[in-house]
Amino acid sequence: MGWFEPKAEKPKIPPAKALWAICPKCKSHMDKAVWKKNNCICPKCNYHGRLSARERIAQVADDGTFAEVFREVSYSDHLKFHDATGDYKSKVEATIAKTGENESVVMGTCEIGGHKAMLGVMDFAFMGGSLGSGTGERIARACEQAIAERRPLVIFSASGGARMHEGILSLMQMAKTSAAIGRLKDAGLPYISVLTDPTTGGVSASYAMLGDINVTEPKALIGFAGRRVIENTIHQKLPDDFQSAEYLEKHGFIDKIVERADMKAFIAKMLNYWGF
Amino acid sequence: MATKKAEKTAKKTAMDCVKIARDAKRPHVWDFINGICDDFEELHGDRLVNDDAGMVAGFGTVRGGGAEYKVLVLGHHKGASVEENMASNFGMVNPDGYRKAMRLAKLAERFHNPVVTFVDTPGAYPGREAEERGQAEAIAKSLEFFAGLKTPVVVVVTGEGGSGGALAIAVGDKVLMMENAVYSVISPEGCAGILWRDGAKAPEAAEALKITAPDLLKLGAIDEIVKEPAGGAHKNGKTAVAAVKKSVLAALRELVKLSPEELVERRYAKIRAYGNFYK
Repeated sequence: MGWFEPKAEKPKIPPAKALWAICPKCKSHMDKAVWKKNNCICPKCNYHGRLSARERIAQVADDGTFAEVFREVSYSDHLKFHDATGDYKSKVEATIAKTGENESVVMGTCEIGGHKAMLGVMDFAFMGGSLGSGTGERIARACEQAIAERRPLVIFSASGGARMHEGILSLMQMAKTSAAIGRLKDAGLPYISVLTDPTTGGVSASYAMLGDINVTEPKALIGFAGRRVIENTIHQKLPDDFQSAEYLEKHGFIDKIVERADMKAFIAKMLNYWGF
Repeated sequence: MATKKAEKTAKKTAMDCVKIARDAKRPHVWDFINGICDDFEELHGDRLVNDDAGMVAGFGTVRGGGAEYKVLVLGHHKGASVEENMASNFGMVNPDGYRKAMRLAKLAERFHNPVVTFVDTPGAYPGREAEERGQAEAIAKSLEFFAGLKTPVVVVVTGEGGSGGALAIAVGDKVLMMENAVYSVISPEGCAGILWRDGAKAPEAAEALKITAPDLLKLGAIDEIVKEPAGGAHKNGKTAVAAVKKSVLAALRELVKLSPEELVERRYAKIRAYGNFYK
């Protein structure tokens, strides 16, 4: 009676696999400790992997100078949004509990190589770095405080785009942040935008692309529309390096690709050129 | 049975609005230009690489209530025929179109021409050249640019307000929205695909996203709803366009009274207030 035989079970992933890190770009396997030791950069292909906001801040801000601001600004569920998997409020609260952050961008005053600045760093772990009302509000306030205190603005972006769960008000944050940045520039202050992997959608189409200089890290994904959406629209296969930092640099939209180890010194050097 | 049918026709869902907003017979940008402007001169080119047929731009005269306004008109061009649809990518604009809009709006600012925009797009074009020519940068630049423009900007969302591609010409002093138009951060189909993992759940997504004119008025994202003929603007295009003209004239009448500095301050305060951010 062959049809009573139990179905062959799918082989379970051996527990040892959990110790491996896999580079999302070249797919090389390595010990997780190696990945971490190399500052989340692939030793094989140099893809610069994701850092949390706090990890990034520790690498960019001078020791002991970072003072967080606007922590009280958080999300709002004004749409009372529900989808197939549950409600928005529960999802954010779970994210807040998991990450310890209140929103997808962490803002604070600091010094970078001795130069005072207003530093914002996005955290992809917070709902895919999505742009919500709280994110936009923190950025707008940062611009206003930067103007008041004559601080250059530096923002590290990492985002899948606008946060759908806050609907049209997420879209409006694109306008709000862009307007605030315009004012900062009119006030004679510089804005350095660092687009990290990935920076896409409503974030690339607003503050991320408005830097006086737009810089990035090797092999970062930067784009507007998703690759699959584009392929389905134009019915063509796209080059492998499409929407990479290197591709954008070739097409004239990136001022410089900066190695992670050099980022802090680079920012300080540019601020120095401009008299800040 | 009769009462149930009456109830069904009375309650309009978000998806009903989407269908009306996308109706092929709905007034499009040239209907508004021809119905609102007494004369019009279309201009072309971004002066860099291309002329985008998906964005219409030009100067025109709008007269009404004893007043005359010489304005710059900008608008997404969906097209009224298959040929036009193909040429304009159904109103999905490339970076070139947004740069054309900015170039001419800068000119309008210099000569104190108010800007009137007609928003009707499924979204910015998701293409290869679009990415290579900086689609994200063009939209971002447009937002920064229009936020600080020293001439009145009146926006009319006439059909589909498709996300960033719409917003690029929708940052203004007065945002009007036609009764059955929709305006969203993502299309219902796109949202359904991601959050419901089923594109067929678009009607549920449309309800959840709150994309109709009354929703947006309540959320503070638009300033005024322009009524449409019963059943939708496609039932009587002339009446629909006339209603838009009336609201545009009223907006211009108020805005031209402000100095450029007052205008920009007022606009910033408006944009600055978007969003709720406390738990």
